[in-house]
Amino acid sequence: MNMAVQTWIEIGQLADIPPLGARCVKTPHGRVAVFRAADDRVFAIEDRCPHRGGPLSQGIVHGNAVTCPLHNFVISLETGEAQGADEGSVATFAVRVEDGRLFLHADALRRLVA
Amino acid sequence: MTEKLVIVGNGMAPGRMLEHLFECAPGRFDVTIFNAEPRVNYDRILLSPVLSGEKSFEEIVIHGDGWYIDNGITLYKGHKIVGIDRAAKTVRSEHGEVAPYDKLVIATGSVPFIIPVPGHTLPGVLTYRDLDDVQAMMLAAKSRGRAVVIGGGLLGLEAAAGLQAQGMEVTVIHLMPTLMERQLDPAAGYLLQKELESRGIEVLTKASTRAIHGEGRVQSVELEDGTVIPADLVVMAVGIRPNAFLGKEAGLEVNRGIVVDARMQTSDPDILALGECAEVGGLTYGLVAPLYQMANVAARHLAGEIGPVFSDQAMATRLKVTGVDLYSAGDFAEGDDREEIVLRDASAGVYKRLVLKDDRIIGAVLYGEAADGPWFFDQIRNRTDISAMRETLIFGQAYQGGAPLDPMAAVAALPDEAEICGCNGVCKGKIVGAIKDKGLTSLDDVRAHTKASASCGTCSGLVEQLMALTLGDAFNPQAVKPMCGCTDLGHGDVRRLIRAKTLKSIPAVMQELEWKTSHGCAKCRPALNYYLVCDWPQDYADDYQSRFINERVHANIQKDGTYSVVPRMWGGVTSAKELRAIADVVEKFDIPTVKVTGGQRIDMLGVKKEDLPAVWADLGKAGFVSGHAYAKGLRTVKTCVGSEWCRFGTQDSTGLGIRLEKFMWGSWTPAKVKLAVSGCPRNCAEATCKDVGVICVDSGFEIHFAGAAGLDIKGTEVLGLVKTEDEALEHIVALVQMYREQGHYLERIYKWAKRVGIEEIREQILNDADRRRDYFDRFVHSQKFAQVDPWSERVSGKDKHEFKPMATLTMEAAE
Ligand code: SRM
Ligand SMILES: Cc1cc2nc3c(=O)[nH]c(=O)nc-3n(C[C@H](O)[C@H](O)[C@H](O)COP(=O)(O)OP(=O)(O)OC[C@H]3O[C@@H](n4cnc5c(N)ncnc54)[C@H](O)[C@@H]3O)c2cc1C
Ligand code: SF4
Ligand code: FES
Repeated sequence: MNMAVQTWIEIGQLADIPPLGARCVKTPHGRVAVFRAADDRVFAIEDRCPHRGGPLSQGIVHGNAVTCPLHNFVISLETGEAQGADEGSVATFAVRVEDGRLFLHADALRRLVA
Repeated sequence: MTEKLVIVGNGMAPGRMLEHLFECAPGRFDVTIFNAEPRVNYDRILLSPVLSGEKSFEEIVIHGDGWYIDNGITLYKGHKIVGIDRAAKTVRSEHGEVAPYDKLVIATGSVPFIIPVPGHTLPGVLTYRDLDDVQAMMLAAKSRGRAVVIGGGLLGLEAAAGLQAQGMEVTVIHLMPTLMERQLDPAAGYLLQKELESRGIEVLTKASTRAIHGEGRVQSVELEDGTVIPADLVVMAVGIRPNAFLGKEAGLEVNRGIVVDARMQTSDPDILALGECAEVGGLTYGLVAPLYQMANVAARHLAGEIGPVFSDQAMATRLKVTGVDLYSAGDFAEGDDREEIVLRDASAGVYKRLVLKDDRIIGAVLYGEAADGPWFFDQIRNRTDISAMRETLIFGQAYQGGAPLDPMAAVAALPDEAEICGCNGVCKGKIVGAIKDKGLTSLDDVRAHTKASASCGTCSGLVEQLMALTLGDAFNPQAVKPMCGCTDLGHGDVRRLIRAKTLKSIPAVMQELEWKTSHGCAKCRPALNYYLVCDWPQDYADDYQSRFINERVHANIQKDGTYSVVPRMWGGVTSAKELRAIADVVEKFDIPTVKVTGGQRIDMLGVKKEDLPAVWADLGKAGFVSGHAYAKGLRTVKTCVGSEWCRFGTQDSTGLGIRLEKFMWGSWTPAKVKLAVSGCPRNCAEATCKDVGVICVDSGFEIHFAGAAGLDIKGTEVLGLVKTEDEALEHIVALVQMYREQGHYLERIYKWAKRVGIEEIREQILNDADRRRDYFDRFVHSQKFAQVDPWSERVSGKDKHEFKPMATLTMEAAE
């Protein structure tokens, strides 16, 4: 088969995440943090800070970035890159919002090495 | 009639010229600027802090778009001028735009010099001149690869430090035996090299580049001796050449630069040149101080004044690499007619050298301790006869005239014409004058009005001392610090405006106080949330998302993402029932560590986030409430056994401690608050290093405050002695409320007390009974809304989402 198959997995509702907040999704490959920015854009990134593994889903969300709760790395939700003088990055995953329902792109998930 | 003034180039020199021109001949010219760079005028000096990530481009803009509009200037961004028609008096841009002029100013700056070795045109070979270069370097740095910087002068070293800060491995190749040989003597150059090497920057001196290699993009640099250094990025910083091309094409007299007279006029009376492209008296310049002098001269000339003429003056340089303290000024070559004074302190890494001629300083090199630089520079420029102070000269200004002066006195002693800001040529008299005449109170105001410390910033300390000197107690450098990058207002201003404008929500604060970001950041949001909680206890709805995770889930996050749970143990007293409940919880939830804390209670560490509500439910059944070990709020009240058991106890210290804790728990404060009550001056509860402490004595209760025993150590101050327990409670509560209302977020009581003054606090809390009562009442009112156990709230379902994953995907779903 030559058809490119895309798999989207439903993970919940937009309303499950408070604005400027985050929830996490457990997967066999590790945790994914799903964020809801002020303008209701939704982002999904690996829930492991590149610094020392802090749970990014527990950080403070501001703009399209989150500040890690452990030592304040600021991670871009769009690119997964650490901002400012810090270095490192986390994997980002595609999410789709349809009718208030959230779907995570499964293909990228597989690339997440636990 | 307005005349048409056209300027080619929009760098620092013409920008400054226009400021002078609008001051001395407002409305005289209709100004058009063509700039090859597609942006407004910015502070080129500060590109290095942008490269190292310490500043953003917005922070180094000198004239924003609004300034051009306000002054009616037409700015063509990204328009390079390719020809001047002197007969028709027009200029033409590469996009074909033609503009007529009455007066033309050429300010095209310099072009970086590129060594034409094989491979110099490969992608990945950059120069260091403008923002585009910086952006290209930052992009290349994302690879975290290796960079080679060719050239160990000022620019090269700033580039090297910046690239290293961006995560690259950096090698500097320098042709000469020591670094920055034009500004530093060999000894200082050597110290600088050692410093850079100790930071992990490799430095190769006496190294000449033979070729740059790479397929499609740079891969390595080869030296004359055959060494090959791998490189993903090469920065050439080997010097600059005045950009005199346009002048030459137009037939103006050109030598190294465009030749101008001492009033910046070229060989064509209607054309001026200034900045790095201009050559005056046979010299060209590459530092802003002389360029700013040119700017002033040119403005006066254009305004039709007889005005000042340009004169060559000694120049001073500093290297803007964070943590390197280095200053050089004047001429320090050796010579038969010269003497030198040298001071070395190898252990402190200090080296100072003064070059003297005929009892006058003509050059100075300072390394490791450069605070006296501007003072030496002053002596150089004023040609001060130093024979009287020769013995102590090298020790600097503080040692002149007997006893060492404190830095403040040293600044006070400076004459009015002493230069404070070297970049912008601003003297003490001008700064002091502006502070007084314009009523300036903040460093930013002084920068805006005088330009002092507005460029490289190294003289900020001096400017602040001048402000302190001029304004006395009215100047408080703390007060002018903005809360964070989202606002220019300091904590004090924000707190004041929240009350003055009755702002009752975070969006309202951000809107009314003109926040620069849409939703603030992790620094300002928690602070604003606290200020609103404190000021409007009844009306404000706590913004959960603006709280740090610990305060959101009411437990302390640990390094592995688990949490610790610390229940209150009032005054450090517990019981068999409580201990049994803790033991049961520990076993039931398999909690790995149980520890007695430094705050006289028990910490259960390593609890899984999902288990928190169930753990709290069980603890709650035994009567426990949250210990707020995570909160910017009341933490512990330590006590000793006191009169109930101890043979020395004078009062019931345990009882008072418990009473205080039960009265005050749940309150939010600017930073954490810890109390202790000791039963006698033996002070077993360590009350004299707490935020608030009580020492019981026979005659009553001695109340202490403003102690510290964490990052800083400081004994408490005594507030006063009161007779009864009730009075002690009222005083302590009022004191904490005063702190709640005035403290800046994250400022502990001892820092707040230092800011507002111990006397002031004593006056309001001890001596003014009405005030004390008011503070007390406001605290009590606020407790009505604050004293709710967050654990039991969450056990009954509040913020449920916080403790559960949104979804758990199985292998099949993800495959
Ligand atoms: C548990 C405990 C250590 C222990 O095992 O004994 C502790 C643990 C922590 N302390 Fe502490 N401090 C503990 C008593 C102290 C004390 C001693 C005391 O309270 O008598 C001090 C010195 C007094 C003081 O407060 O200044 C102390 C000064 C600090 C500081 C420095 C604060 C300062 O302004 O100087 C910090 C850092 C901070 O707050 O920013 C800190 C921060 C921390 C944090 C919260 C670090 C963090 O941000 O994650 C630790 C949390 C561990 C946890 O999850 O429980 N801890 N810490 C103690 C808990 C006391 C309690 O029952 O609530
Ligand atoms: C990284 C760095 C750090 C520095 N640090 C210091 C320091 O610490 N202290 C100090 O005193 N000096 C320092 N300097 C030097 C200082 O920045 C320069 O001396 C100063 O900016 C020169 O000003 P200028 O107006 O002559 O030229 P520039 O600021 O270079 O401006 C010239 C402008 O003209 C434009 N232009 C050129 N040709 C044309 C054309 N044909 N048509 C239209 N536009 C044209 C260019 O694009 C450029 O924008 C530093 C320079 C750099 C690059
Ligand atoms: S002193 Fe306090 S902050 Fe430091 S490691 Fe120990 S508990 Fe943690
Ligand atoms: S683990 Fe995220 S900043 Fe340290």
